[in-house]
Amino acid sequence: MNAPHTLPAPPKPGSPEAIADATSFVRFERVRKSYDGIHFVVEDLNLAVRKGEFLTMLGPSGSGKTTSLMMLGGFEEPTFGHIFLGDEPVERLAPEKRNIGFVFQSYALFPHMTVAENVAFPLRYRGIKGTAAADKVAKALGMVHLGHLAARKPCQMSGGQQQRVALARALVFDPTLVLMDEPLGALDKQLREHMQVEIKQLQRMLGITMVYVTHDQSEALTMSDRIAVFNDGRVQQLAAPEMLYEQPANSFVAGFIGENNLMPATVDATEGGIATLTMGDGSRLQAPNPAGVAVGAKARLAIRPERFFIQVGDARGPLNILRGPITDMFYLGDHVRLSVAVGGDKPVVARIPVSQRRPFARGETVTLGCAVTDCRLLEG
Amino acid sequence: MTLALPHAGTAPSVKRAVRRADRPARRAAFLLSLPLLAFLAIAFVVPIAALFTTAVDNPETRSVLPDTLRALAAEPSAAVPGEPVFAELAHDLARAGKARTAALLGKRLNYEIPGMRSIVMAGSRLAAASSQGPWRQKFCDSDPAWGDPALWAAIRRNGARLTPYYMLTAVDLQQTPSGGLAPVAPEQRIFLDILGRTLLVAATVTLLTLFLGYPVAYALTLAPPLLGAIMMLCILLPLWTSLLVRTTAWVVLLQSNGIINDLLIGMGLISKRLQLIFTRFGTVAAMTHIQLPFTILPIASVMRTIPVAQLRAARSLGAPPMSAFWRIYVPQTLPGVMAGCLITFILSLGYYITPALVGGPTDQMVSNFISVYINRDLNWGLASALGVVLLAVTLLIYGLFLRIVGADKLRLG
Repeated sequence: MNAPHTLPAPPKPGSPEAIADATSFVRFERVRKSYDGIHFVVEDLNLAVRKGEFLTMLGPSGSGKTTSLMMLGGFEEPTFGHIFLGDEPVERLAPEKRNIGFVFQSYALFPHMTVAENVAFPLRYRGIKGTAAADKVAKALGMVHLGHLAARKPCQMSGGQQQRVALARALVFDPTLVLMDEPLGALDKQLREHMQVEIKQLQRMLGITMVYVTHDQSEALTMSDRIAVFNDGRVQQLAAPEMLYEQPANSFVAGFIGENNLMPATVDATEGGIATLTMGDGSRLQAPNPAGVAVGAKARLAIRPERFFIQVGDARGPLNILRGPITDMFYLGDHVRLSVAVGGDKPVVARIPVSQRRPFARGETVTLGCAVTDCRLLEG
Repeated sequence: MTLALPHAGTAPSVKRAVRRADRPARRAAFLLSLPLLAFLAIAFVVPIAALFTTAVDNPETRSVLPDTLRALAAEPSAAVPGEPVFAELAHDLARAGKARTAALLGKRLNYEIPGMRSIVMAGSRLAAASSQGPWRQKFCDSDPAWGDPALWAAIRRNGARLTPYYMLTAVDLQQTPSGGLAPVAPEQRIFLDILGRTLLVAATVTLLTLFLGYPVAYALTLAPPLLGAIMMLCILLPLWTSLLVRTTAWVVLLQSNGIINDLLIGMGLISKRLQLIFTRFGTVAAMTHIQLPFTILPIASVMRTIPVAQLRAARSLGAPPMSAFWRIYVPQTLPGVMAGCLITFILSLGYYITPALVGGPTDQMVSNFISVYINRDLNWGLASALGVVLLAVTLLIYGLFLRIVGADKLRLG
């Protein structure tokens, strides 16, 4: 089940991925970018965006996601490789000729113009004037519920309102593609969550292709059709949100998306897709082995904290059992968060729903159970 | 989504409470700025007040001819007064001759009626030499001017504590004997011309610094940190050099046997040496050089605050590079442009040393004339009046400027 989009290698010609890529809308092909001629910020980017999809580039800062977006927007030129928009290579095309809507982190509204003038700005370069332009501006502002503030200057608006103006301005000229660079980063949590839903709805309603950059994984999970997880200038995995969460391709993705217990292990045997492992403390566990980690290889066992339960009595079905004393515990309303020292260098973290809770005490030895199918063996 | 905006009309009691809470901080701020306020009061407010006073003050006639003026007041309708006034005049002039103050009066009246200096001095000698009247007869015999109604009108006029004479002269106007205003004779009209020239030179220098400085400011903003620091040093370096040194350097460059002429002749571009020094060109070139940093720095500081995303946004929305620059970038630099131009324009209005050393006779600015009236002619009234006119013009331009571009469009740092 290793996701086929785990690049760097581009898809083989004739493979389903290659065909999907051929019908795709935006393609990065072997794109590399270096600013200083020594280090590559983007190592080897191969990525295909489908028409009408909401694709998020997610990764920690310095992972190359923003640089990739800037190259797509035309503000940076790839050092090597090609970027296709439709069938056309655009890596040398000036930004104003790409017809791409771009929403900047800082919004980049023009402070000397009113909201309406800001939104009308792209129209003048497309020969849309007079009432036709006014209609489009009104429609775009209506779409973001700001029709009544058209005469304001950007500085007279709240951050959320400015964000909407930037969105309206990027959409008003019916761009073929909309790019967003952490557009919600400056907003408070509540407003951010609200805007996530609103942007997603707009995208779905307009059927527009969006490429979105963020370092906030919950934002990525909420909004995206697919997520490209970036690290060290490479795409680590490109998949739908639930795939990323349930079937991470490697330890980085497993650790970056959601919380995960990553425990070092050695593969003893593998049979029928199920591997038998020896853990750091000598205990033996089982896990599915979709990545096909070879016998004897170093590996990591990934178990999500919420997949643990408190095992009472005998184990039934294929279960992994871990035992150890509670080193720390936090009551969090809907669940209790336990740190359990099960051997190995780090305690495992378990989230036990409050419905399962019985009074825990620090130092008490608990037995954690976890279905074998909820575990995942990863290379590394 | 609804955003809760703060109420526009907050209850006054809350406002009072807020003000009260702020009071200690305001008081501390005031106390801290007290030394500066005191300094400003002494170094700025007092001299300007003195300037205004000197421009309209008229002490000479009142102090030299007190009794004459009193007697004159008793004959309000007489064009040429009678014997009693002449007797007091003789008395006043005799005393002034002894106190050596007659020359003051002579100089003051000479501004209004040419030749009055010698008339007053002769009158003073006459009064000292004779002890008996009839004074009217004696004065008129010694100089018929004493029988001229214009002379007595001038004395009457200058008996007042204040005089509009200097202020009027500073704008090429004069008082007619009947009390109205009239332009001075064409050959005496110089001050409006000087003022116009001052404004023209200041405006030329301002525009030149803007055209030369704007690209430099832009390059400064784009430059990588190290290069930017070196450029900034080059811009600031002239500011750390004395104005006199920089002006003298221009003398070296511009003079007939100077570097520029040598270079042009050496290159074979000219065969006859150009007159560069003591010209308007030299004045403007030197002033532009000196003023450049004042124009560049505010522009660069505003440019630095404009995020790179602004131009990128404009490009992504369809604007070609030049259009994006003109429509998005340049308007946002206007506060800096306005501030830089205002500083340079106002400083240029007051230039004195540079036009004096590099400019020709027709390039001297208001300040040069103020200096001449203070140092050479000892006519402090007229010097003050010219100062007041310059100050008024400066304030007027500043006010107009704020009115046109708006105070919010001005960012000085």
